[in-house]
Amino acid sequence: MYPPELLYTKEHEWIRVDESVGTIGITDFAQKELGDVVFVELPKPGEHVTAAESFGTIESVKAVSEIYSPVSGEVTAVNGKLQNNPELVNSDPHGEAWLIRVQLADRAEIDKLMTADEYEAFIQKEKAH
Amino acid sequence: MIAPAAPALKRTALNAAHRALGAKMVEFCGWDMPVEYSGITREHMAVRTAAGLFDVSHMGEIQIRGPQALALLQHVTSNDVSRLQDNQAQYSALMLSTGCAIDDCVVHRFAADHYFICVNASNTDKDYEWIAQCDTWGVEVRNVSAHYSQIALQGPKALGIMSRLADSDPGDLKYYWFRRARCAGVEGILARTGYTGEDGFEFYFPPDASAELWNTLLDAGRAEGLIPCGLGARNTLRLEAGFALYGHELDEQTTLLEANLGWIAKLDKGEFLGREVLARQRAQGMPKKLIGFEMLDRAPARDGYAICIHGKPVGKVTSGSPAPFLKKNIGMAFVPPADAVAGREIQVEIRGRLAPARIVPLPFYKRPK
Repeated sequence: MYPPELLYTKEHEWIRVDESVGTIGITDFAQKELGDVVFVELPKPGEHVTAAESFGTIESVKAVSEIYSPVSGEVTAVNGKLQNNPELVNSDPHGEAWLIRVQLADRAEIDKLMTADEYEAFIQKEKAH
Repeated sequence: MIAPAAPALKRTALNAAHRALGAKMVEFCGWDMPVEYSGITREHMAVRTAAGLFDVSHMGEIQIRGPQALALLQHVTSNDVSRLQDNQAQYSALMLSTGCAIDDCVVHRFAADHYFICVNASNTDKDYEWIAQCDTWGVEVRNVSAHYSQIALQGPKALGIMSRLADSDPGDLKYYWFRRARCAGVEGILARTGYTGEDGFEFYFPPDASAELWNTLLDAGRAEGLIPCGLGARNTLRLEAGFALYGHELDEQTTLLEANLGWIAKLDKGEFLGREVLARQRAQGMPKKLIGFEMLDRAPARDGYAICIHGKPVGKVTSGSPAPFLKKNIGMAFVPPADAVAGREIQVEIRGRLAPARIVPLPFYKRPK
C-alpha cells in the first residue's frame, strides 16, 4: 500500500528523494483522515521550508490541516495542478498530488524519517488509539 | 495514581450498522457517531439532488404530560404552544430569564395534555432538569430519550421513498406536522421535519427495530440515489440552509433576537422566561446580530476565526465551512448591528491574514419549490 521508495513522517507526509531533490506530499492515511480536499495553500518557488515546520495548509470540507516539511531546503517547484484540482489529493496522494519539490539543505535529515514498513506499523498503532 | 478512565462513549442502536458500512466514526458530544460514509461532498449533494439517510438517535426526547402541560411549556419555551393543534410541531427554544436559550427544540403536540420535545443530544440532561425545575404546575416531565431511535430521511426523493414504506400516505403530512405511523412495519412517530433545508421526514421509533429499518430504507431508496449520510454533511447542509446550531449560533450568552430567531419569540403570547429582556431588546436594540457571509477569495473561514471590519476585530465566526452545493465558502458570525448590512464587505482573519468576505442575506440556500 505505502510505496517502498518513499520516506514518511509522523505527521503523515511522504518524501521521495532523487539525488538532492525531495518531492513531498501527504499520505493516503492523511487524505482519508481529512476527507474531501477543497483547497491547498503552498509556498512559492524560492521560499525556504524547515524540517518539522509547517509549510502550507490543506483544507477539506470538514477541517483545516497544516502540512509539515520532512526536510529543510529551498522550494524549487510547486504542483500547480492542485490549484484547480485539489481533489487529486484524495484520488492520488502518493502520485499526481505531490505538493512541492525541495532542494535538500541537509541530506542527513532523511535518516530520521520512517520507511514504508515503519510507517505502516506506526499508523496501525495510531488507528488502535 | 490511577488515572480516571475516560467515560465510555454512548452508542446509538445503529452503531454496528454504521461500522458495517465503513463509516468514519468520531466522538460527538459523548456519542460515537458516523461523521461520513462516502465523503461529505457526495453525501451533501445526495441530499440536495436525491436523498440521504441520517442516524440522529443521539438527539434527546422529553415527554410532557398532564392537564397543565401547556402552562409549563408556555412558560419555558419561546414560541406560542397554544397555536399548535394535535399532530402539529413547532420549532422553539427552551428559555432562560436572560432572554438566552438553554437549547433549541421542536415541540410536538399529541394532545392538549401530551407533548413531545426533541432536543439536542449534548443538552438533553440539562434540558430535562431545567424543565422539571421550572414545573410549578405538577406536570409529568420525563426524559424518554433511551426509548427512541431517530432517523432522518431527507431530500427531494424522500417523499417517494417514504410513500413505499409507510402505512399511510406521508404526502398528506404538511411541513411540521406528524402522526403515529408504521414505516416498514415499525411503529413510530413520523414527522415532516428536518435540518437540511430539503423536504423530508424524521421518524422516532423503538431502538430494537433500528438496524432492520435502516437497511430496509437504504435498500428501498438505492435506485433513486439514497445513501447514508453522516454528521459532516448534516452540518454543511444546515449551514447552507442558515439554520442555527446550538453551541455555535445560539448559547447561554446569546438572546433569540441576536441569533435572528425573533420569529420564534412570541412576545404577545403572555409571560415566558426571558420575555422582558427580549421586549427591551426589541425596543432598544441589541449589542450583536447574527449575519451570513461568503468569502471572496479561496480559503474557507472556520469556526472561531476573527471577523474584522476595517481591520478591527468585531466578532467571531460561529460556523464556517465550504458549502458543497453552493460551491462557495460560507459562514455565520456575530457583528455589531450597525454593521449587519447585506452587501457590506468584512474581513476574516485566516492564519494571520485578513481575507475579504461579504455579508449576504440568510439563508444561503433555499430549496426550489
